[in-house]
Amino acid sequence: MIKLTNLTKRYGGFTAVNGINLEVPKGELFGFLGPNGAGKTTTLRIIAGILKATSGSVEIGGVDITTNPIAAKSKLGFIPDRPFIYEKLTGAEFLRFVAGLYEQEGPQIEHRARELLALFDLEEWRDELVESYSHGMRQKLIISSAFVHRPEVIVVDEPMVGLDPKAARILKDLFREYTHRGHTIMMSTHTLEVAQTLCDRIAIIQGGVIRACGTMDELRASAASGATGLEDIFLRLTGENAARALVDVLDA
Amino acid sequence: MPDRAADGERRTARGAAALPDPSTRHLLVPKWLTARARTASGERGNALRLTFLALFGLLFWAFIFFMLYRLLRFFRGVQEIGPLLAGKLLGLILVGFFSILLLSNIITALSSFFLARDLDLLVSAPVDWLTLYFAKLLETLAHSSWMVVLMAIPMFTAYGVVFSGGPLFPLVVAATFLPFLVVPAVIGSALTLLLVNIFPARRTRDILSVIAVLAAGGIVVLFRLIRPERLARPEGFRSLVDFITVLKGPTSPMLPSEWVQHAVMSWVRGRPELLPFYLLWSTAAAAMVLGALLHRWLYATGFSKAQESGERWVRSGTMGQLGRAALQPFGVVRRELVLKEVRLFFRDTTQWSQLILLAVLVLVYVFNIKFLPLRGEGMTFFLVNVVPFLNLVLAGFVLASIAARFIFPGVSLEGRTLWLLRSSPMSMRELLWSKFWVGTLPLLILAVAIVGVTDYLLQVSAFMMAVSVLSITFMTLAIAGLAIGFGTFFPQFETENAAQIPTSFGGLVFMMSSVALIGLVVTLEARPVYTYLAAEAYGTPSDFAGMVIGFGLAAVLCAVATLVPIEAALRRMER
Repeated sequence: MIKLTNLTKRYGGFTAVNGINLEVPKGELFGFLGPNGAGKTTTLRIIAGILKATSGSVEIGGVDITTNPIAAKSKLGFIPDRPFIYEKLTGAEFLRFVAGLYEQEGPQIEHRARELLALFDLEEWRDELVESYSHGMRQKLIISSAFVHRPEVIVVDEPMVGLDPKAARILKDLFREYTHRGHTIMMSTHTLEVAQTLCDRIAIIQGGVIRACGTMDELRASAASGATGLEDIFLRLTGENAARALVDVLDA
Repeated sequence: MPDRAADGERRTARGAAALPDPSTRHLLVPKWLTARARTASGERGNALRLTFLALFGLLFWAFIFFMLYRLLRFFRGVQEIGPLLAGKLLGLILVGFFSILLLSNIITALSSFFLARDLDLLVSAPVDWLTLYFAKLLETLAHSSWMVVLMAIPMFTAYGVVFSGGPLFPLVVAATFLPFLVVPAVIGSALTLLLVNIFPARRTRDILSVIAVLAAGGIVVLFRLIRPERLARPEGFRSLVDFITVLKGPTSPMLPSEWVQHAVMSWVRGRPELLPFYLLWSTAAAAMVLGALLHRWLYATGFSKAQESGERWVRSGTMGQLGRAALQPFGVVRRELVLKEVRLFFRDTTQWSQLILLAVLVLVYVFNIKFLPLRGEGMTFFLVNVVPFLNLVLAGFVLASIAARFIFPGVSLEGRTLWLLRSSPMSMRELLWSKFWVGTLPLLILAVAIVGVTDYLLQVSAFMMAVSVLSITFMTLAIAGLAIGFGTFFPQFETENAAQIPTSFGGLVFMMSSVALIGLVVTLEARPVYTYLAAEAYGTPSDFAGMVIGFGLAAVLCAVATLVPIEAALRRMER
């Protein structure tokens, strides 16, 4: 459903993404982990068609996003890490607008928007301007907007930031249920517990290169030396220096 | 080419299962809903603000209309050359409009096509390139043209009334002005598109620097080529025939402004010409086609570059070290506050774009002062010295506009980071005064430079030079104090676009207060200046006591306007 082939992105002399090859099949919830500045957001923004790759290709549902952007994007829902919502639109107007971008309208969309808002406890706020929403409420609205047009693939950057425990739980269930119905989700997150319990497979990226990719069992095997939890595996694969340096910092 | 492939794909798909194809109208729906929500919102003071704006707008329209009405009535009364002069004046104003529109469109296009925050949403959605182009072009056109349209309404009304344009005149004007607005919007957007593709690495600063140099040079050259001051001095021509020849000749035959002028003037003279309409509409259509093709060719690459090419590293160079050393005596808190203000200013591109517009306006102002016909017959010592005194009013107004852009938003821009300053062991007094000085010093240098240079160009007497420089210094301090004061009383903490802060209700109140202050200072100084000039020109007795009182009161007024708003702002911040 998502296929990255030799994907490379350079910013001047700096290589943010370095020849990534990745395939996320239909019905899979794929986790994309890595330290800050590892190249996660750049990769996701290239998949969403916002950034152009320096080389390599991205296919969404078998459609190349560079050569057939409209067809590829029509299969996609994107939730950015720093979501923008028009401040002077109401929640309902915003969802209607996003659905319209995918040329979807009418009672079915209205019903779906209402259902999504109700799911995230935003029903009472549907006719309030977004400017009066809290950070978490905005996050819920932007997540709803990615689902409102029923995309085949959802690409999401840091979905849990700002969500209360109930909304986080709902989102996890929603993601799970959505992939069970044959859709694909690729998600970057720093919440390792979420990735561990939710994702079918996980890739760990560092310095623009995939360090490891597979199921939890496969990751354990590649990290070796007794690492069991995702946190241990993550730190082992991405370097433990930072944790060790902690004492030095406190002593400085 | 990706977009060509997308076209083919869409064509194929339309036959089968259609791909989404949202309309330009749909992309503009949020803008419309936003405007509607703003108008309808029950924000505190919204009704008052609208009333103020409406009143201010009506006064502004009435002022422009009556000034032009009187002038055009006078022109109409002059046989042979009257209508020619009116046409020439219209042409000159339209050339000014065209250059402002071009510059404004270049800067606005950078924001609407490349930096706007809704672009992530729109670019990641299945929106056709042409739809996105039209939506963003319309957005650019609306944002950069509304002020010119507002100024054009009373202007064309005056022409229509004086020259009896008839009931169809508004339609004629609309039919000419619409393509006149489209052409610079397309050219400006295309230039920005090219610049974004040429300067990928150090994006905005480089682009804006190039725009600044091009715009300043272009506008000065344009005005110098036209030489508007020639028309005010007919005695400079060898004969009336020469003068009429210049009036009849086109000012700038290749510019759409000339075509609008021809279309409008031929209509009011009762001999409507179709060629200007054809030229305007065909040029606008051709420009749109070419602009769309360029967009199709370069936009995807340019947009990607605009996302990726922010400056990653900022080195603290010699200037930073010099600043640090120079501010050492003021203590760590003040030094760091001032350095923070300076850094944020120079790294905030929205501030830069505003600065460029103002710099170009100042340059045009100074250059045109240089060519004012203040020498020769009929120009008395009295008149030559009164002009620089009135120059104070204009310079003060320019400074108030600059303060509205750069000092007034100071406290608002702290917005979401105010918690950091409030939770630190630093007094609000330090914060406000550092903001005051960081804004005031450059403003003061600019103020003294504008007044000093224009006075030098006008060759005024030493007395007038001293009065001008001292007055503008005091006025600058007062304007900056008012800006800090009103900026604190009417903060816009939620806005993320600094450019919108000066147009808020508080910004309007600040501008009105500044204009009132300038008016009061000039009124207080008018009598002593008049007495002195009369004594110099006609040998009447001078009034030393009157001078001390007039200038002294002006100085006290400025001191009060500097200190009281800052103290009031301080109390407000500490509440």
